Amino acid sequence: MSVESIIGAWVATGLTLFIFSFLYRDNPLFKLAEHLYVGVSVGYTIVKTYDTVLVHLIWKPIVEQHEWSLLIPVLIGTLMLARYVPQAAWLSRYAFAFIVGVGAGLAIPRTISSFILKQVEDTVRPLVALVPGEGVVLTWDLLNPASGVNTIIILLGVSSVLFYFFFSVEHRGPGKVVARTGIFFLMIAFGAAFGYTVMARMSLLIGRLTDLIGYADEAYGRPTLWLTVLTVSMLLLLSRRLKSEPPQEG
Amino acid sequence: MIVLRRQLPLVITLIAGLTMAGQYYVPHPASEELLTSVTKWLQIIGGFALVLGVSSLFHQHAVKIRRREAGWGYSLVLYAGMVGTIVAGLWADGKESLDGVLTAFGWVYNYMMVPLQGTMFAILAFFIASAAYRSFRARSREAAVLLVAAVIVMMGRVPLGEYVLPVSGDISQWILNVLNASVRRAILIGVSLGAVALSLKIIFGVERSYLGGGKE
Repeated sequence: MSVESIIGAWVATGLTLFIFSFLYRDNPLFKLAEHLYVGVSVGYTIVKTYDTVLVHLIWKPIVEQHEWSLLIPVLIGTLMLARYVPQAAWLSRYAFAFIVGVGAGLAIPRTISSFILKQVEDTVRPLVALVPGEGVVLTWDLLNPASGVNTIIILLGVSSVLFYFFFSVEHRGPGKVVARTGIFFLMIAFGAAFGYTVMARMSLLIGRLTDLIGYADEAYGRPTLWLTVLTVSMLLLLSRRLKSEPPQEG
Repeated sequence: MIVLRRQLPLVITLIAGLTMAGQYYVPHPASEELLTSVTKWLQIIGGFALVLGVSSLFHQHAVKIRRREAGWGYSLVLYAGMVGTIVAGLWADGKESLDGVLTAFGWVYNYMMVPLQGTMFAILAFFIASAAYRSFRARSREAAVLLVAAVIVMMGRVPLGEYVLPVSGDISQWILNVLNASVRRAILIGVSLGAVALSLKIIFGVERSYLGGGKE
């Protein structure tokens, strides 16, 4: 076992336990790990951006391939930093105007094509299929999303949910029934999204616990056991200190 | 000056927006090249935007340390984590491993970032569960439907759930692939219509809030 793996196991175990200590209450160990997480994440993003943008998109293409046109986005990007000079802050508007304009222009045709027309096309599908020898058939297989019955349910769901969010007409009479159907579809989807998210988090939790069990091995020096004892002791100590401190006035 | 400060940015937005919207309908290599270049440009400009965000974070914690505000020590920890990662990353040329050997940057990623990120999201499982316990009581028919859908999907995604209720896997898949998909599709259509409307308003200068306030 290499030294860096052993040190890594101790660091990873300690940080994992510090974050888990929040389940007891907010405490300095959690705050330390939380701030370290922010620092390391920002540092990682900075390095990756430096490597991707500065080295591979700016420096190498300009210096090695003489792509001078790349100086234009560099100039636009530099204009963003004009926000730090109050007298010249308005110059940053050019950068934002360019980004927002390009973003809006790119979004219009692609959104219409992929997220509106394609979605409508997939919703309005034939309900029945023509099978040789059997004639016109409506398939009832619920487990096949493309079956006839599921096509009807999807059409019903999309129409009722869209109607529920259509506020230009009052939801009365038959409209109320459609809107109520939309609400039920929405509730099912929210429930499904909730269940899915919970299980995804559970999967992460199982991953962390698996690591902790692995790091309890003697080859690493049993960091899980020692650091659990240490973390619990520190939490008990902090708890006692808080109890013994006089309540703050005001 | 109002032309330079207020109207020229609107003209830039109009030209950039119309050009990129029109590009989609021009099936020519030059048009494709324009799209590739502009995408690269946006990545480069995005890199500069990171400078704005990071400097804001730096400033906020520097003020905390200078004024010795409560918890200023944690700001030092944040700085140490950030600087340490940057030094390790620059030392390793931004690579996690070189010739199959883990670099210091890769070590930070494997033994600090991954456990911290994983655990931070994992503890949300407990909070989501406790929030659900408090708010998911079937007070109405709608809440009951939500509760039942959530329970079925949760049961359908673990072997134990399928063992207790064998059909839960199939029902869970049906809920996700049919009922959930139909709602997502409806929401996507609605959001997209809104996005297109907003984009048009931005391009034609009706929506100008992205330019910020301040002096003309």
